[in-house]
Amino acid sequence: MSSQKISLTINGEAVEAEVEARTLLIHFLREQRNLTGPHIGCETSHCGACTVDLNGKSVKSCTIFAVQADGGELLTVEGLANGAELHPLQEGFYESHGLQCGYCTPGMLTRAYRLLQENPDPSDDEIRIGISGNLCRCTGYQNIVKAVRYAADKINQAEGAD
Amino acid sequence: MSEARELTLEEREASIGGIGTARKRKEDARFIRGQGNYVDDIKLPGMLHGDFVRSAHAHALIKSISTEAALEVPGVLAVVTAKDLEPLGLHWMPTLAGDKAAVLADKKVHFQNQEIAFVVATDRYAAMDGVQKVEVEYEALPPLIDPTTALDDDAPIIRDDVASNDEVGQGPRHHPNHIFEWNVGDKEATDAAFAAAEITIREKIAYPRCHPSPLETCGCVASMDATNGKLTVYGTFQAPHVVRTVVSLITSLAESNIRIVSPDIGGGFGNKVGAYPGYICAAAASIVTGHPVKWIESRIDNLSTTAFARDYHMVGELAADKDGKILAVRAEVLADHGAFNTHAQPMKWPAGLFNILTGSYDIPVGHVSVNGVYTNKAPGGVAYRCSFRVTEAAYLIERLVDVLAQQTEVDKAEIRLRNFVQPAQFPYKSCLGWEYDSGDYPTALKKVMAAVDYAGLRKEQAAKRAAGELMGIGVSTFTEIVGAGPVRNCDIVGLGMFDSCEIRVHPTGSVIARLGTKSQGQGHETTFAQIIATELGIPSDNIVIEEGDTDTAPYGLGTYGSRSTPVAGAAAARAARKIREKAKQIAAHVLEVSEQDLEWEVDRFKVAGSDVSMTMKAIAMAAYSNVPEGLEHGLETAAYYDPPNFTYPFGAYICVVDIDRFTGDVKVRRFYALDDCGTRINPMVIDGQIHGGLAEAFAIAMGQEIIYDETGNILGASLMDYFLPSAVETPTWETDFTVTPCPHHPIGAKGIGESPNVGGVPAFSNAIIDAFAHHGVRHMSMPHTQSKVWQTLNELGLNK
Repeated sequence: MSSQKISLTINGEAVEAEVEARTLLIHFLREQRNLTGPHIGCETSHCGACTVDLNGKSVKSCTIFAVQADGGELLTVEGLANGAELHPLQEGFYESHGLQCGYCTPGMLTRAYRLLQENPDPSDDEIRIGISGNLCRCTGYQNIVKAVRYAADKINQAEGAD
Repeated sequence: MSEARELTLEEREASIGGIGTARKRKEDARFIRGQGNYVDDIKLPGMLHGDFVRSAHAHALIKSISTEAALEVPGVLAVVTAKDLEPLGLHWMPTLAGDKAAVLADKKVHFQNQEIAFVVATDRYAAMDGVQKVEVEYEALPPLIDPTTALDDDAPIIRDDVASNDEVGQGPRHHPNHIFEWNVGDKEATDAAFAAAEITIREKIAYPRCHPSPLETCGCVASMDATNGKLTVYGTFQAPHVVRTVVSLITSLAESNIRIVSPDIGGGFGNKVGAYPGYICAAAASIVTGHPVKWIESRIDNLSTTAFARDYHMVGELAADKDGKILAVRAEVLADHGAFNTHAQPMKWPAGLFNILTGSYDIPVGHVSVNGVYTNKAPGGVAYRCSFRVTEAAYLIERLVDVLAQQTEVDKAEIRLRNFVQPAQFPYKSCLGWEYDSGDYPTALKKVMAAVDYAGLRKEQAAKRAAGELMGIGVSTFTEIVGAGPVRNCDIVGLGMFDSCEIRVHPTGSVIARLGTKSQGQGHETTFAQIIATELGIPSDNIVIEEGDTDTAPYGLGTYGSRSTPVAGAAAARAARKIREKAKQIAAHVLEVSEQDLEWEVDRFKVAGSDVSMTMKAIAMAAYSNVPEGLEHGLETAAYYDPPNFTYPFGAYICVVDIDRFTGDVKVRRFYALDDCGTRINPMVIDGQIHGGLAEAFAIAMGQEIIYDETGNILGASLMDYFLPSAVETPTWETDFTVTPCPHHPIGAKGIGESPNVGGVPAFSNAIIDAFAHHGVRHMSMPHTQSKVWQTLNELGLNK
């Protein structure tokens, strides 16, 4: 198999790696980088468990190749917290019981992270539409919507106070 | 410095974080950081990957399997077939239902995507390359897909291996495709009641084949340590101890040389109860290669091979008087179990606990007959977020009661109130053999009716109907039977279905407790700690809960059928009470009083009528330093709990829908769910369980179906076609509760996780069908997809 060098930024860290041309981004992250936060749920882009943030967009890493991330800026759930300080979304999921088995949670968090940059003050319906590419089998979504709302409010309040 | 103020009793109680507290979940800390440890996250040195060659046909003889080209593929180390497993006796495996299932297809294939060969390679890409290169030559046989033709004289015989057997583990059978016949109730008296009744109704009601489809598929990492002969298998197991025993029984390995570990599990919903070929093949490959071997299902593998649910084809009947008082119930069921009977159930119950068919109603007499058959479809079935076949029974009775209401022109809530088992009748013996423990059904339904203004909704509906609009009100007042179960009537491969908890109190007053169950998202690390906290007066934050490692956890039967709280939760309370008894002896010794003088108060033993007391924390230290003569040191114990009865959670749900008569689009306007699960351990977790169960009920009612074409091709085994609702389709939920404690459970709890699925599905169906009731519609088959609803509209000419 032909392999290729790629360089990119992952969670703020410059990374150089050699990948096979056919290696999917999710496998590169999970197996070569040991970033096992993003999960594999369907291999067809439907469930969103593998969602990462690439160059300012939510991307389902199970259906793009690692080489397509070359030169990119990539964020996974592992990069959300600032050291011991949780991101408001992580705090929101904890406070609002926005997770149960936890399998969809990393993708859900990463997607919600981008959603709040696209729309910092979304309505409940806008949150539901915004996370509709991420499936959850446990929560019935209601508390996930609450969790995202919690984070939006917290971020907006902090910015209002600045 | 001022001395710390003494805490009040209330403050002390609050500091415990025990039963009844909406405590935040302990497990979340790792999940929100992406630090969960699921099976596919496990990486061992030298680990290989396995993947399956699967059957293209539903029914065919295997003429040859050619593996040479696959073995040429870079990275491929081995291709395992049934021939290779045969000398180990592992080409077939026993099932939980007394049948056997092929691990790798032995001379023939019985369903599409059946496992034929296991390719082992250095990574998952190479394994997949190898799979592409294995060539299988088939001789196609006529497939049997429709279960209603399975017992025809000229039906193709599916299981040549057992064709001449008089039985396949579940009693006498009368056709090579027949698995079992199960009868319960009094047939003669039931038939007589039907013959004499003023009113009888009969409805053919199917519960389609669907799939639990947790977001994480099944998988394992098997690792044989050749130096000490120990096999460790990490995997998606809802019942790790049972897996250990079964592995020991089918191999020659000592049970002490097998370690089964369930790491974090990404949802189970019944999918992860059974034993699958992937587990056996990975273990065999690890034994043969000396390397750890990982097997992870793809989503297509998951939906098309492991653990379907339902597929019950039911005919239900009620006999009643003209006021709608039910006099008898009768049901005939054809159960499609696919190619092997891998039904997950307590072994004496071939149709699970389907005889909970009487639901919440006082029905004098009844009879149920269930026949199981083989077809050329994936084997099963499992209980998808329900106790064994309880969803099917609840669906049937809740639909039949609605049909009877329409027939007698009695309101659908009123007919339920007329037929409920009354609070004074508990413990209530049902005509189909169960003893319901406790309940208050009228209070529950009336509370929901008041909350949604039921009378107002019916008025609005009448106005809408007059205007040609479609609005439906679905009522569901279900009773479950969960918490399997009493050892006298529940076992799996001979193992009684008790469960267990072991508690160790450390000298400084913190605790580790281990249980025989395994959380898959239910939050056991949080809620079990709350039970122990209340019983021991030790803050739940100081209590660590561990499950899932058979080397450390006490033996238990696992988590499914809403059994964790009813059985293991009871064991936790019992173990804690044993600890408290010993603590009392130690406190009496240290305080130099008699045990009779001590009374328990939140977190300490207090000398009655005085201020003298000793906290549990102080007693813990004394247990390791200052125990009375004759008492052993330490503060730890285990309890094995055999429940005296099942528990019977119940609820009352009302669902309101508006249907667009031109497009068939169904909008769920309101869903109000009242659940009674007895004592409530953590209201936040309970609400979460209800939200999730209702969302799964919505999925099942509105869209989930595993469909096969007439040749046995599975249609739609990916998430492109199989309906997992997103946040956009999923309705919002309103929850409510009553509390009727379980009289036989140490803390009065009944279990909650499955109620919303069991009660939710009929609520949706009843709402949609109710929207059409004034047009004479009595039943519409699930799933209620937009196109099917539109077809009904079209047939009735309502879309014109």
